[in-house]
Amino acid sequence: MFNLLHELFFDYTLRNIALGSALLGILSGVLGCFAILRKQGLLGDTLSHAALPGVCLAYLLTGSKVPLVLLIGAGFTGWLGTLLILYIVRETRISEDSALGIVLSTFFSVGIVLLTFILRRTDANQAGLDKYLFGQAATLVADHVMTMMILGGIALVIVALLYKEFKVLTFDADFAASLGFNTHFLSILLTSLVVIAVVIGLQTVGVVLMASMLIGPATAARQWTNRLGRMILLAALFGALSGVSGALISMSQAHLPTGPMIILSLTAFVLFSLCCAPARGLMWDWIREYRQRGTLIEPPRL
Amino acid sequence: MISPIPLTINDLTVAYREKPALWDMDLTIPPGKLAAIIGPNGAGKSTLLKASLDLLPRVAGTVRIFGKPYREQRRLVSYVPQRRSVDWDFPTTALDIVMMGTYGQLGWIKRPGKKQHDWSLHCLAQVGMEDYAHQQISQLSGGQQQRIFLARALAQNAELYFMDEPFVGVDATTERAIVNLLKELQVQGKTVICVHHDLDSAPDYFDWVILLNVRLIASGSLAEVFTPDNLRRTYGGRMQTAISHFEKMGA
Repeated sequence: MFNLLHELFFDYTLRNIALGSALLGILSGVLGCFAILRKQGLLGDTLSHAALPGVCLAYLLTGSKVPLVLLIGAGFTGWLGTLLILYIVRETRISEDSALGIVLSTFFSVGIVLLTFILRRTDANQAGLDKYLFGQAATLVADHVMTMMILGGIALVIVALLYKEFKVLTFDADFAASLGFNTHFLSILLTSLVVIAVVIGLQTVGVVLMASMLIGPATAARQWTNRLGRMILLAALFGALSGVSGALISMSQAHLPTGPMIILSLTAFVLFSLCCAPARGLMWDWIREYRQRGTLIEPPRL
Repeated sequence: MISPIPLTINDLTVAYREKPALWDMDLTIPPGKLAAIIGPNGAGKSTLLKASLDLLPRVAGTVRIFGKPYREQRRLVSYVPQRRSVDWDFPTTALDIVMMGTYGQLGWIKRPGKKQHDWSLHCLAQVGMEDYAHQQISQLSGGQQQRIFLARALAQNAELYFMDEPFVGVDATTERAIVNLLKELQVQGKTVICVHHDLDSAPDYFDWVILLNVRLIASGSLAEVFTPDNLRRTYGGRMQTAISHFEKMGA
């Protein structure tokens, strides 16, 4: 254990992986809070699936596997998917969850077709693209982590600056609009920040599991507090902890896949919070019920 | 030059897709009135509020707030949406919600400070909710939540108040608090326009009536407009509501 901690700080590979996963956890934790409070828990799922065709297209067009190139492709189709959802919801009678589902499966299908096409080609260069499905943190190097830090840093600064605007948008969008805030712009901006989180997460947890990375930390954090600010900080903490522990477990045990290990660590946080958090936790419900069993409060005499 | 007329609407038509919700409507509300918008379900009552606040696109027509478009007069207007239009399990306190009323004046990026904090506490006290300032909003009763919304509107410190069904689902204490607040606003010379669905209480609370059923049926002082004939025209097929109302009043 001590050995592992020592390596965490001094081993180059391990440090990059831990840093990258922590960063992803923080960013998706913060943005996930807004996503779940806006009842858009599935947004991350849609965006990450929509990013897959972008990764493949970027590779097909450039023949390059430089992460930044692939991530730009991912960001592009992810964002396209977002705008398409907003358009469908605004212009048709299709509900938001159906629109998310349609866009998710369509973009993902295209992505899988492209990926299969690429993997069947005979050039040796394509090796590793399938990592984007389930993530492989082991491939993170200092360059990637730097890219992640810059993108993630920008996103976090925007959230910090527009915290008040995002809060009122999330609680009461009509009221926010009546105050003069451009809610359409704020919505697109917030969703674009989720695209950044998704793009950062592709390499680490992959397309398929990215949704939990957004929903998990926020759901766990919500159980412990009734204040948005604290919820966001806690979600960032839970995200970072599960990112690091998942990455470490996957590295230390015969190279288990990173994405699933991160998500499993995260699930542990969520389950623990759902059971044990005071006030909202299930366990406290059971205890309250157990204590009150058989007792009825006598109504006042008239 | 600011016009003294709080709300002037000309030829307003609003539609959801091909179905008109408001049809070619003209309306003027004089200053200092407590006005009720009355009409059956689907008459376009909330739509009228939202269209006045630029929250819905207009097919045709103009809305003037003190003589100018809404976007130039936001500081003079405050808005109380329907209580059920938001999720009260949102993680925040009563005071924090009230402080949202100051966001408009703060503008982009700037955070509320001590001044906004104290002012919001003062507004909470005006609706009798100062003891609940630091309560999580989901722990409040429906009536208390409604009063939080009213305090948020007060925090906007406006001249014209739009309220969407403030009396729905509230307890007697809250109902009294709202009525007192309306009277107080009127004393201060403010204008209030409420969507109201209860014909029985309307004459007690309001002195101006807007009867609406997609088209404007009538608008004017309570005595002039709140008549059996007008209500029958407003409620049409659901005439029974209006008639039984007047039978009750006669009894």
